[in-house]
Amino acid sequence: MNPYWAGALAGALAVFSVLMTGKFFGASTTFVRAAGMIEKVFVPERVAGMAYYVKEAPKVEWQWMFLIGIALGSFVAALVTRSFAVSFVPGLWRERFGPGWGKRLCVAFIGGVIVICGARLADGCPSGHGLSGVMQLAVSGFVALVCFFIGGIIVARSVYAKRRAR
Amino acid sequence: MSIEVLGLVTGVIFGVLLQRARVCRYDTQIGVLLFRDFTIVKFMLSAVIVGSVGIYLLKDQGLVTLSVKPMIMGGVVIGGLVFGAGWALLGYCPATSMAAVGEGRWDAVGGIAGMVVGASIFAHMYPLIRKTLLTWGDFGKITLPQVFKTGHWPVLLVWAAVALVCLVLIEYSERGVK
Repeated sequence: MNPYWAGALAGALAVFSVLMTGKFFGASTTFVRAAGMIEKVFVPERVAGMAYYVKEAPKVEWQWMFLIGIALGSFVAALVTRSFAVSFVPGLWRERFGPGWGKRLCVAFIGGVIVICGARLADGCPSGHGLSGVMQLAVSGFVALVCFFIGGIIVARSVYAKRRAR
Repeated sequence: MSIEVLGLVTGVIFGVLLQRARVCRYDTQIGVLLFRDFTIVKFMLSAVIVGSVGIYLLKDQGLVTLSVKPMIMGGVVIGGLVFGAGWALLGYCPATSMAAVGEGRWDAVGGIAGMVVGASIFAHMYPLIRKTLLTWGDFGKITLPQVFKTGHWPVLLVWAAVALVCLVLIEYSERGVK
């Protein structure tokens, strides 16, 4: 699908969501709730006393289900259009680092740790700040989006630097 | 319908759109950071312009209330830069990593595991962060119309014009390349 149309429909969907439920799109808080749910199994009294888990209670709510829905929707769309394919190493990565999936999974894991720390520090990710924040003309949304790209461009360029220099 | 079911349904539609627009691919996400593929810019700008018009039309009717996140320099700027660095390594953002798993890009599972672990680390560091970084340069929950002391429609018009010029330039440069 043309990204303009898909984007416009996503924008309309976001507005509809706010109208129906009062919920703006976001994603990163759910990872805090999920982490809290896991920790709660082992040290429930400790989780109950942690300020951040009090702020973002470890439970399934709107955004949790929103994220499950995203995976489900993507799965169905991929099946229907016959574009579902299991892979562990993306094309661009393969060209630069080869076909080994161990290295790719490790870097994805480390990237995930950094991504969520940044998102929680900024209080939002490209959904919460980039879409919902900018949509509301929030200063934090615009600043965050610019910073996401500055950080990303610097690191992506260093990661793929050798290949470009050749 | 309960709010959780609405969340699920909204997510399903959003997931279909992310998958169909090829937004949830590592190559697309890294492609924009290397200035090779502008799919994400097209998707995001279209979404926020349509969304802005919708949200402010409904707000004028008193049907929705805004939910603006505070502009804290220590949090948004530093957190944003850190996020970007991690994004370039992972190649997916939190929402698109879910969509990536859905279409079989299972390297994103490593990222999701990392995000859960990272969220736990952040939660444990939060008392310290709240006293330090999150107190630096707190401007409160401000919007552009408040900064420029004007209505939201003039701001929206200028912003939409800027976005449109960006998109035209992108299309022009892409055609130039071909």
